[in-house]
Amino acid sequence: MHGAAEPELGRPGLGRGPAVRVLPRLDDANRFFWTSGADGVLRFLRCDTCRCYVHPPGPVCPYCLRGELLPEAVSGRGTLHSFTVNYQPWIPGDGPYAIGLVAIAEQDDVRLMTNVVDCPEQALEVEMAVEVTFEQVEDVWLPLFRPAGRPRPTAAGA
Amino acid sequence: MAVDVLERRAVISGIGQSQVGRRLGRSDLDLTVEAALAAIADAGLTRDDIDGLATYPGGAMGGGPFAGPTTPDVQDTLRLRLNWHDGGGEGPGQIRAVFAACLAVAAGLARHVLVYRTVTESTAQGSGGRVGIGQAMGAAGAGRGVPRFGGSFQWMLPFGAVSAGNWLALVARRRMHEFGLTRHQLAWIALNGRANAARNPKAVYRQPMTMEDYLSVRMVSTPLCLYDCDAPCDGSTAVVVSHRDYAADAPSPACHVNAIGTALRGRPSWDQFDDMTTMAARDAAASMWGRTDLRPHDVDTADLYDGFSILTMVWLEELGFCEKGESGAFVEGGKNIALDGPLPLNTSGGQLSGGRLHGFGLLHEACLQLRGQGGERQIAKRPEVAVVANGGGPIAGSMLLTAGRG
Repeated sequence: MHGAAEPELGRPGLGRGPAVRVLPRLDDANRFFWTSGADGVLRFLRCDTCRCYVHPPGPVCPYCLRGELLPEAVSGRGTLHSFTVNYQPWIPGDGPYAIGLVAIAEQDDVRLMTNVVDCPEQALEVEMAVEVTFEQVEDVWLPLFRPAGRPRPTAAGA
Repeated sequence: MAVDVLERRAVISGIGQSQVGRRLGRSDLDLTVEAALAAIADAGLTRDDIDGLATYPGGAMGGGPFAGPTTPDVQDTLRLRLNWHDGGGEGPGQIRAVFAACLAVAAGLARHVLVYRTVTESTAQGSGGRVGIGQAMGAAGAGRGVPRFGGSFQWMLPFGAVSAGNWLALVARRRMHEFGLTRHQLAWIALNGRANAARNPKAVYRQPMTMEDYLSVRMVSTPLCLYDCDAPCDGSTAVVVSHRDYAADAPSPACHVNAIGTALRGRPSWDQFDDMTTMAARDAAASMWGRTDLRPHDVDTADLYDGFSILTMVWLEELGFCEKGESGAFVEGGKNIALDGPLPLNTSGGQLSGGRLHGFGLLHEACLQLRGQGGERQIAKRPEVAVVANGGGPIAGSMLLTAGRG
């Protein structure tokens, strides 16, 4: 979009994320979210009374303060609210990778910070349609996002 | 005005700053004592007069080179006898410690509060002692295991979004999308800072910078390049906040607190805030203007947080110096924000070129300018009203200071 034609010293070939992934510490509140990708489905807490999605997980619906919050599957689709390509090698081995802020299709004020994968830097655009793809690291399934509606890359293509 | 603006009972009666620089090799306490004694003397006081003490963030963020010494450390070193004391990391930006001091003075809990902010990040970097998330992850490569995170960090760190530079790059990119902001415009925050730093002997980067330099330096996190990010440094800044009754007795011109901005109405989150193009600056600025009859056109100089250049752009809009989305055009060419322009901005060089004194350097500069003590960089028409803003993302605080001359 705006500014894309300006020099940003971009290089081709973005990685899928940092060289080492720091992982969340799982507990009773967040375990459903971080393990949701085991069956390939993204889930958020949803209020059974006012029907709002709630993120991050909490003990009460922050909208109606009444309902019970239960994990519920979502489509995994969303839009890229913003993005950045990180070039700073925070740790040895870091190459450039795209960090995205994705608003989920079901409720656009629910956002996830994530990595945008399978997308060259020059193709990244604010408001582009994206869909979830999971990366398992130990006991955590990290929700990453890729451009929506494109054929999945072959295993060797990543 | 409907509200009783209690902070208006406070003045800044004294200011002090230690040596500032890269890799000074001095302890945080040593630098703090230098700044504190300078501020106390500048206020015409002795340490026996100081009955309040405040800092940001104190021990709240795990101490270390980012935090500076705790209030107990400073109290004991100077053997202060205190009626009120406060150190903490949660609140309306780094300047929260000054706000707390103003309210303590207004409430009669203390009469003269020493407030300080100290960093030794540059020395720590040099000795490998600035343990950031990068080093924690690096430890994993050495087979020592990666620490796991709960709380708000769990939503960012797994994706390599480890720095405020990453999080604020998202703000910058969103502003490019919504408002057509360009890097050529953003550059003027850095270029203006560098031009002013040339007139500040304490600034850490003083050599001239051109637009070409800016556009060709390496990226940190697009669209933010190295020159959009402030420079770690060592230094301590201290001020004395006194009851306004003392202003007439202070040997230096007192800077009067006119209003503070403290609101946080959006979600306190780097990723869930409702408007990613403004974040908390919107709320702090709105609450500040709600406590004063002064208006943006009354402001003669602005010291707006520039931990990252994009934050200064946000503050310019949210404080009302230009319309929302128009800060790019406002700063382009640099004339509006130059030392001889209508709104001299970050006249010390700010943090981008002056060094990351973490908000308090900007406060110090506003006071110098109001007092007419800016030396080679003094604004020609001595300012009557200054605004200081600290913080970025979901963290923000702002304050209006006046010279109080007639």
